[in-house]
Amino acid sequence: MNAANAYAYFPGCSLHGTACDYGQSTEQMCERLDIELLELEDWNCCGSSPAHMVNPWLALGLVGRNLRLAGQTGLDTVVLPCAACYARFKETQHALKDPETAARIEYVAGGAVPSDLKIEPLLGVLGKPEIRVKLHDYQQRSLDGLKLAPYYGCLLTRPSEVAQFDDPEDPQSLDELLKALGAEVVSWPGKVSCCGASLPISRPELVWRMSGQLLAWAAEAGADAIVTACPMCHSNLDTRQGQIRRAGLGDYHLPIFYFTQVVGYALGLDESQLGIGRHLTNAKGLLGRRRPVVTQAG
Amino acid sequence: MARIGVFVCHCGSNIAANVDCAAVAAAANQMPGVVYATDYKYMCSEPGQKLIQDTIREHRLDRVVVASCSPRMHEPTFRRAVAAAGVNPYQMEMANLREHCSWVHNDRPLATAKAIEIVGMLVAKVGRDEALRPGRAELTKRLLVIGGGIAGIQAALDVANAGYQVTLVERTPTIGGKMAMLDKTFPTLDCSACILTPLMVDVAQHPNIELRSYSEVEQVQGFVGNFKVTIRQKARYVNHATCTGCGTCWGKCPEKAIPSEFDQGLGKRTSIYIPFPQAIPNKPVIDPDHCRYLGYRSAYEEQVASLGLTGEEAAKYKPVGPDGKKMPPCQICQKMCPTGAIDWTQKDELIEQEFGAIIVANGFDLFMLDGSHEAETGQPVHPYYGEYGYGKYPDVITALQLERLMNASGPTGGEIIRPSDGKHPHSVVFIACVGSRDDKVGRPYCSRICCMYTAKQAIMLKEHAPETDAYVFYMDVRAGGRSYDEFVRRAQEVYGTHYLRGRVSRIYRKGDRYVVMGYDANIGRSVSVETDLVVLANGATSARGSVDLMQTLGISYDQYGFINEAHVKLRPVETNTAGIYLAGCSAGPKDIPDTVAQASAAAAKVCGLFARPYIETEPTVAEVDQRKCVSCHLCEEVCPYSAVTFVTLRDGRLAAQINPAVCKGCGLCVSGCRGRAIFLHGFSDQQLLAEVDSLLAPPLTLRLPELVPVD
Repeated sequence: MNAANAYAYFPGCSLHGTACDYGQSTEQMCERLDIELLELEDWNCCGSSPAHMVNPWLALGLVGRNLRLAGQTGLDTVVLPCAACYARFKETQHALKDPETAARIEYVAGGAVPSDLKIEPLLGVLGKPEIRVKLHDYQQRSLDGLKLAPYYGCLLTRPSEVAQFDDPEDPQSLDELLKALGAEVVSWPGKVSCCGASLPISRPELVWRMSGQLLAWAAEAGADAIVTACPMCHSNLDTRQGQIRRAGLGDYHLPIFYFTQVVGYALGLDESQLGIGRHLTNAKGLLGRRRPVVTQAG
Repeated sequence: MARIGVFVCHCGSNIAANVDCAAVAAAANQMPGVVYATDYKYMCSEPGQKLIQDTIREHRLDRVVVASCSPRMHEPTFRRAVAAAGVNPYQMEMANLREHCSWVHNDRPLATAKAIEIVGMLVAKVGRDEALRPGRAELTKRLLVIGGGIAGIQAALDVANAGYQVTLVERTPTIGGKMAMLDKTFPTLDCSACILTPLMVDVAQHPNIELRSYSEVEQVQGFVGNFKVTIRQKARYVNHATCTGCGTCWGKCPEKAIPSEFDQGLGKRTSIYIPFPQAIPNKPVIDPDHCRYLGYRSAYEEQVASLGLTGEEAAKYKPVGPDGKKMPPCQICQKMCPTGAIDWTQKDELIEQEFGAIIVANGFDLFMLDGSHEAETGQPVHPYYGEYGYGKYPDVITALQLERLMNASGPTGGEIIRPSDGKHPHSVVFIACVGSRDDKVGRPYCSRICCMYTAKQAIMLKEHAPETDAYVFYMDVRAGGRSYDEFVRRAQEVYGTHYLRGRVSRIYRKGDRYVVMGYDANIGRSVSVETDLVVLANGATSARGSVDLMQTLGISYDQYGFINEAHVKLRPVETNTAGIYLAGCSAGPKDIPDTVAQASAAAAKVCGLFARPYIETEPTVAEVDQRKCVSCHLCEEVCPYSAVTFVTLRDGRLAAQINPAVCKGCGLCVSGCRGRAIFLHGFSDQQLLAEVDSLLAPPLTLRLPELVPVD
């Protein structure tokens, strides 16, 4: 195993379920970039909304157990594609700084929880200089001519003292990534605004309004598509466009991509390999429509 | 046998709430040597002091213990009180029952027992106190003012007008400070230049003021009345004695596109320059970082050395610039100067001068969103408020930049235009509290000036172009000065500025305009304002390099780099170090009226000091018993004040000697001395051991009277 490019991998429930296209494209993309993902064996829920709204100790303990599993892999970094999982992991790591809290977490988790593991969002891994070099070397299709709205969502960068990733209000990592692939990144105000998160069940109208606002901004900025780094954002933006339309909040047909799909496409993967056919709002063909000259560096 | 009196103070309820003061007095009465002990509500008040003095006379006391608060504030008070009644002021001790006892405990019986022990220690010590007399030192009646903004200017003029000599040191090439950059001043809308520049001229022409611009304080030694200060005069490369300030040089300098610091980067300057036309001194300096010849010269020296050229080869060598081309040796200013004032041989010069007092008026700097204001504090530099897009959007500017745009002598001649396209804005959004009252950016304090200058800029904007829309996003309007609230109201009601109470969450570009999204708490919903120009009301931070300066001066400062006053309420213009005073924003953000008031207050303090014939020095200093000194020099090494010298005794031995005028009585040498040859007056081993003894082995079994709980 090439330890430098190997990571403990926590997919979380979404990437095996509702966001299996994110999971699929993550694995395909990483394979192309020689990033080795070692999925934790017997991982459990990250303690996102359902747990942490009800019982904070359960939520922390659940991550505690996952961190124990990650520690057992012997790798120093655990990588998470899902923004909600990332937030829960970082929150737990933050809580571990207090010895008393740490003791309770370890009690719930059933043993010693490593506190010094590096926890990184997948987007952060793609920002590493050595991965950037590979991205450049392995790129087969340019995204030249595509206008994309980078959407980080609310969880990836905030609260900043916990998340410790990028600028909390004006993050640049996804912007830089898309620009590096040749896409044009539109300036839009929605970057880190909330999509409505887990409220579509209890207050769907609110989510239509919030996600509708994001779609409106992206459309106004002239974006061809929105690129996300969060399954929840993707779900709200992709699946609610019909409801938003019926609620009279705007008529949008804006494809919503995971950044892994966009990167994967640039690396030469096919739409089917990246799960691009699974979107409710049709996204097929967009990336290919402006297929420009194949670039191969070196 | 000493005749000791003990006076226990209630400090209102500060001490009495947690300590039974009558019980402490009763216990003190039984301590050896105590002939009288009593308690009183406010010992520092006039009747309290009179009580002490009457008791001294009545009971023929020769030692006094005042059991009250920390000596920091009232030791001088009680020393004066007992001295007036004939007791040597150094045979008075203070037992700190407030900070060390009542404020930090809430168990009354235990706190009372501790109070009795504290008093017992001081009673044991005071019996062994020797009578000390203050020494005298010379007083140099010359003031050093650090900082040439309005605070420094006012202080320098006040002291100079009182007839004393003043040296004013300013870091930049001109005095005037931030006030010189302003267009108008609130709340009267006086033209800033009209009220400031005459004062600047006064400074330049005053016979008692020596102006040292483009200089910095490098080192400070000594003490009140006798400071030795090293000042670095930075190389100007222009001889100000022969320069007439005619302006030919900066007219001809080919390096014309350097962003002007004075114009906040909106205007350009040359590399030989004066910051603005009314600068004082009105003579230029050469910026070594941008001057073509100085760049040529250093490249030449570097390249000749690295190539190992000598002789004729070296003389003929032409240095190559980073662009690979031969560098021009320029020197146009020298060729054009009618008086031959350009002097390439100038180097930084160190000047040593003696002063009796120092006023620190080093001002403030703006909170910068790129984090650059943190560069010298050692904190990590990272950008703040990414949501405002400062640095990304050219039309998101700072308030000081707008001030330069509004100023008739600014880069646009007073025209308010957008930096991006030079068009007049039809709508301007002001955002208050940028870097103020925000823990997230490490600035929880209010900058005090922004509410007012924002209202002023809104008014000035409307005066320039009445049809312009102005919006202000604010948290609270803090307009707590004379005619201030009326002024803000005028901005709202007469000039029709829209005040929106809430924070801005995002600014984004829409076409060539900007959308400012925020929350309006008054209507309880989010709002968006489309606008042409956004002005950020940057808060105030301590001046660049402030912490270094405080450390050079040896004065205390807070976590933001502002000076701590000796007492926030009662000694607001003094620092913790005698003889060093403060004025203006060096001790926290202030507006111009407060700054000027403080500067004059500091000047009054200095005049009060200079009116004395000599300096009284503390007698609680270290002294060497030269019979015991083995001249190991350890005391010399540990002394932070360089008070130790060595003398040859008559028998030829070398022995240490401590200069009582320089010694601060810190005691480092005493504990360092291997031969126990050093002795600290007022804190001898016997005195301190007596305190410890009283604590370990109480001289008598104190019979505590029954404690009466309060309420």
